[in-house]
Amino acid sequence: MSPLDVTQPAPATGAGAAAGHDAHGGHHASPTPIGFWIYLMSDCIIFGALFATYAVLGYNYAGGPGPKDLFEPGFVAVETALLLFSSITFGLGMLQADKGRLNGTLMWLVVTGLLGAGFIAMEIYEFRHLIHIGAGPDRSAFLSAFFVLVGTHGLHVTGGLIWLITLVIQLRMHGLIGANMRRLGTLSMFWHFLDLVWIGVFSFVYLVRLI
Amino acid sequence: MSDHTQHASHGTMGRLMIGFALAAILTIIPFALVMGEVEMERTTLIGIIMGLGAVQIIVHLVYFLHVSGDSEEGWTLGSTLLAIIILFIVLAGSLWVMHNMNVNMMPMPDMDQMLNLQSQQG
Amino acid sequence: MSTEQIQPAETFSPIFGRLTLDWIPYHEPILIGTFAGIAFGGLVVLVLMTYFRLWMPLWKNWVTSVDHKKIGIMYMVLGFIMLIRGFADALMMRAQQAMAAGGAEGYLPPHHFDQVFTAHGVIMIFFVAMVFVTGIMNYVMPLQIGARDVAFPFLNNFSFWMTVAGALLVNVSLFIGEFGRVGWLAFPPLSGPSFSTGPGMDYYLWSLQIAGVGTTLSGINLIATILKMRAPGMKLMDMPIFAWTTLITNVLIVVAFPVLTATLALLTLDRYLGFHFFTNDFGGNAMMYINLIWIWGHPEVYILIIPCFGVFSEIVSTFSGKPIFGYKTMVWATACIMILSFVVWLHHFFTMGSGANVNTFFGITTMIIAVPTGVKIFNWLFTMYKGKVRLEVPMLWTIGFLITFTIGGMTGVLLAVPPVDFQLHNTLFLIAHFHNVIIGGVVFAVYAAVTYWWPKAFGFRLSEKWGRRSFWFWFTGFYFAFMPLYALGLMGATRRVNMYPDAGWQPYFIVAAFGAFLILLGIVSTFINFYVSIMNRKALACGNDPWDARTLEWATQSPPAPYNFPQDITVRGREEFWRMKQEGFSWSTNYAPIHMPKGTATGVLLAAGALVFGFAMVWYIWWLALLSFLGMLVIGIGHTFNYNRDYYIPVDEVAATEAKGAMA
Repeated sequence: MSPLDVTQPAPATGAGAAAGHDAHGGHHASPTPIGFWIYLMSDCIIFGALFATYAVLGYNYAGGPGPKDLFEPGFVAVETALLLFSSITFGLGMLQADKGRLNGTLMWLVVTGLLGAGFIAMEIYEFRHLIHIGAGPDRSAFLSAFFVLVGTHGLHVTGGLIWLITLVIQLRMHGLIGANMRRLGTLSMFWHFLDLVWIGVFSFVYLVRLI
Repeated sequence: MSDHTQHASHGTMGRLMIGFALAAILTIIPFALVMGEVEMERTTLIGIIMGLGAVQIIVHLVYFLHVSGDSEEGWTLGSTLLAIIILFIVLAGSLWVMHNMNVNMMPMPDMDQMLNLQSQQG
Repeated sequence: MSTEQIQPAETFSPIFGRLTLDWIPYHEPILIGTFAGIAFGGLVVLVLMTYFRLWMPLWKNWVTSVDHKKIGIMYMVLGFIMLIRGFADALMMRAQQAMAAGGAEGYLPPHHFDQVFTAHGVIMIFFVAMVFVTGIMNYVMPLQIGARDVAFPFLNNFSFWMTVAGALLVNVSLFIGEFGRVGWLAFPPLSGPSFSTGPGMDYYLWSLQIAGVGTTLSGINLIATILKMRAPGMKLMDMPIFAWTTLITNVLIVVAFPVLTATLALLTLDRYLGFHFFTNDFGGNAMMYINLIWIWGHPEVYILIIPCFGVFSEIVSTFSGKPIFGYKTMVWATACIMILSFVVWLHHFFTMGSGANVNTFFGITTMIIAVPTGVKIFNWLFTMYKGKVRLEVPMLWTIGFLITFTIGGMTGVLLAVPPVDFQLHNTLFLIAHFHNVIIGGVVFAVYAAVTYWWPKAFGFRLSEKWGRRSFWFWFTGFYFAFMPLYALGLMGATRRVNMYPDAGWQPYFIVAAFGAFLILLGIVSTFINFYVSIMNRKALACGNDPWDARTLEWATQSPPAPYNFPQDITVRGREEFWRMKQEGFSWSTNYAPIHMPKGTATGVLLAAGALVFGFAMVWYIWWLALLSFLGMLVIGIGHTFNYNRDYYIPVDEVAATEAKGAMA
């Protein structure tokens, strides 16, 4: 038995080299991407439980308003467009980052953030409007399920925005160093994942119920 | 450090644009079907919308999230498939179980009528 | 009937929310006694720690440590502390039911009895069993796969402290307010806003939600560890069975716990904001809660038992001096259990009324899931067959498990038959069944694991004498405590009753109480064992490989150095350590600097914030909830601005540590 000698380079100095490095064995690739993906899958199951709740309770109007009284397909289309465009702009930002262009990356991230903020603003407007006309979440099981499913998605987007702002600051501080590239990669996964969940929301929560 | 072993790329411009085009088409069709109030049988329409949604989810997975059998020794794809199986069990199982319970435990005809009335109001 | 205790009036003040002095249970002698005991004990510990100047070492070496071994040990400490709490509840119930026959009221009013059985279930599952198995996985698995630590060491520390925060919140409810009176899964509408008005139910929700964050993150962490941190050359099929069961358990955690999180969140919204998911009116459906919670709940019991299967696999193989029989079938059986555990949940509520089709489907899947479990039992038996079996204490627990778990498994198959279940649903037969599998499976495995890996963690063995005593008390105590419950269940005794009219049942309950007393002796023996062994640690000191074991964790020092292994091990197949021993291996003295993560206080601070947040939400102290939430946000984001998270252990330090280990 001859255990391999550790063939790791001598300690690097400087914040950038070892920054935020979670792994610590020379030969191991960073576990962050797969770890974050597993987190997304578990998050996906939270949404699954909420979709199941909407599927089961979504027809219990308790004499209150139903989807056709409340949902506006045009409004949802604009929300969907905002999210889809924000996915693309994030993708463009990632391409800039891959090329090592900090300013391009930052610009596309800001655009993504603005589109996301627009989406959140529309959602808040919709919720306020529904509550105002007496179709709040305490009106019926259908509305409870609707508010929670769409609201959970909205909370995720809000969390994504906070993360995005943080990362913009960190990119300006340290540039496109390894740790920041990893964070950018995970945020990118998160953002695309939220767009993916929204496909389920606009199809299953809104459109199908408007037929 | 191990940055050279990071998952190599975040796609290319071409792939991003293909994904965008597909996603846009797959979004526009269902919205058009609903907003244009197309004459079609209800269940068919539901099937089309849900089907297009499923296809678009796959498009996002492939073109935006870069899920493939190669990334992370296939663990990304594997965990995605497991999540889909569990999602299916949770959704279909809940619907099946709760539907059967409603059928078996609410046999009174007037109750059914009440529910119908409610949904018509809705 | 004893008079129902009247809850303090609902009042609300902007500063203290609904918390008033009336919620301090100073009129309950049992609670005051407990509080005085804990306060006194706590004071003694505080004084001693200050006297011996242990605060800084505790903070630096343990609280802020990201070392998976230290975190694993802390999980075990938490588990044993909570075991005392949960077992005290069990003793109270057994004593009450032994007394309260034929019109006698016993000593616990229903109000209190209901809290006791709820707390017992919640604590034993979430803060004892879960904590123990997480601790064992945390300690053992990275060593078994030749890793230096887990994939995300900071996250590991954070997960642990979130679990502690949840456990603390449950215990706060003992002295401030009350706990839920709803059973361990808190079915609505009883647990909803109309029928559980006090803070008890909210303690339940927030403590489980906080601990659940820790559990889920720990699950992700351990999966990523196995996927990415294995020693060079180690293929998945080269991993020890325990590492396999850890992988599969954590996959189950990651896919099942989100359902619990979502379900509890929906109930929370019902209670706090008047939503209508599980209410009786406005279209809510309480059965949806039961459906959802069991979609989590059934995988949960496999989350508890699968790592225990792994523990027994390691022990059987080591003490029989043979590789595990049927390694591949073991892995595949575990994988089958993983998937099947997701399609059996309805057997917990056959009586809900989903009809014959649904019940038949779930009855059959439940019977099928017994098959891979049976495969495992045979694998263990065949491993022992023609082996040189050494009946040391861990092996004793294993044999106790094989007998007890098989009986429990068979009563489970009985319950899987829907018509039988209609008779036995909600009776003590069910209680006997799941204690049969959880005590016979999880508790015995935890004891076996603690005895087996203790020498690795501390460098000395536990006392053999007290280990055997502990086993025999637990083993006989279990049969005395739960066999009568099977009989009572068949006679129609329902669970969760604090008194019963039929005096004919009383002898059975008295035997069960006697069994609980024997188990108490078993637990006491355990603590005596710890004490005696620590006192005799010089005499009990042992080398790196006291059991002549076969897996990598025994290749390194006992206790292992912070970096686990001085060099990477190149793995060439299963049971690499056994092969290394045959080849007469020794570590090279050619050391290199070792890259390690730094400790951090962020985890414990975030968890403290979560504890305050949970408490504030329970009592409607909105300003404090907001403040603590913002505090957590600031600490969490602040942490991401720290890019300096690792360091290198220099060569001479590694050399010195290794030289010291070689001397011991």
